[in-house]
Amino acid sequence: MSYDKTFSVEGGNFQAAGNVSSEIKGILKDLGLPKDTVRRAAIVCYESEINIVSYAKRGEIALHADDRAVQIEAKDEGPGIPDIELAMKEGYSTATARVREMGFGAGMGLSNMKRYSDDFFISSEVGIGTYVKMVVFNLDLKLHPDHPQVTTDRIRE
Amino acid sequence: MNLASIVKALNLEVRCGGDALDREVRGGYVGDLLSDVIANSQEGHVWITRQIHQNIVAVASLKDLAAIILVQGSEPAADTLDKATREGIPILVARETGFEVAGKIHRLIFA
Repeated sequence: MSYDKTFSVEGGNFQAAGNVSSEIKGILKDLGLPKDTVRRAAIVCYESEINIVSYAKRGEIALHADDRAVQIEAKDEGPGIPDIELAMKEGYSTATARVREMGFGAGMGLSNMKRYSDDFFISSEVGIGTYVKMVVFNLDLKLHPDHPQVTTDRIRE
Repeated sequence: MNLASIVKALNLEVRCGGDALDREVRGGYVGDLLSDVIANSQEGHVWITRQIHQNIVAVASLKDLAAIILVQGSEPAADTLDKATREGIPILVARETGFEVAGKIHRLIFA
């Protein structure tokens, strides 16, 4: 099984924020992936979607799913992040008052992406944009001899 | 403790999701910061909040929460209600403060 689809995300549109993640969650469910994999992939997707809506002009979320893992790549045209290490700190946020009023801007978006994925990569260029890649392993494979690196210690809750 | 018992004990008003009240509640989380709720709530929790816009439905759905409880008589926005109805997430309204609601539910579940 292999599935690929790319979605566009509009910056500043909080009415539509979360729609791409909902759609991706539905697709992953329909593909028959385990509940924990679907949930973690949907969460990291949601956080990256909210970041595009909150900060960027526009962006793209690319989904790749196969039997081994789900990969979410989020790429935006936005302000970029000058200090990634600082931005990764829980509680640090540059969100505007408008964004905070809606309950976003807790400063936990990037840390949640890292927390709920098995592999997390981020790169950013000020004035150009930000790229995030997250991989969520299909935990049903944890006993598969070809994938000894997948362990159950990533299961949460 | 299922949701219906909590609704009855706290006299909550059911705004939508009335057919999902048989769900077991395992605990709860209080917060108005969405990413904080994503990080710290758990499946089967009730979420006690004052946020009323539609993104609360996405968060509840992502985390498989049992229900959203809006406190101090906050009413869900129209599009929040539509979305929650579609996704089968119960939205309950409490007249009391978050502190009161959390305290009572904690006692019901853990006492």
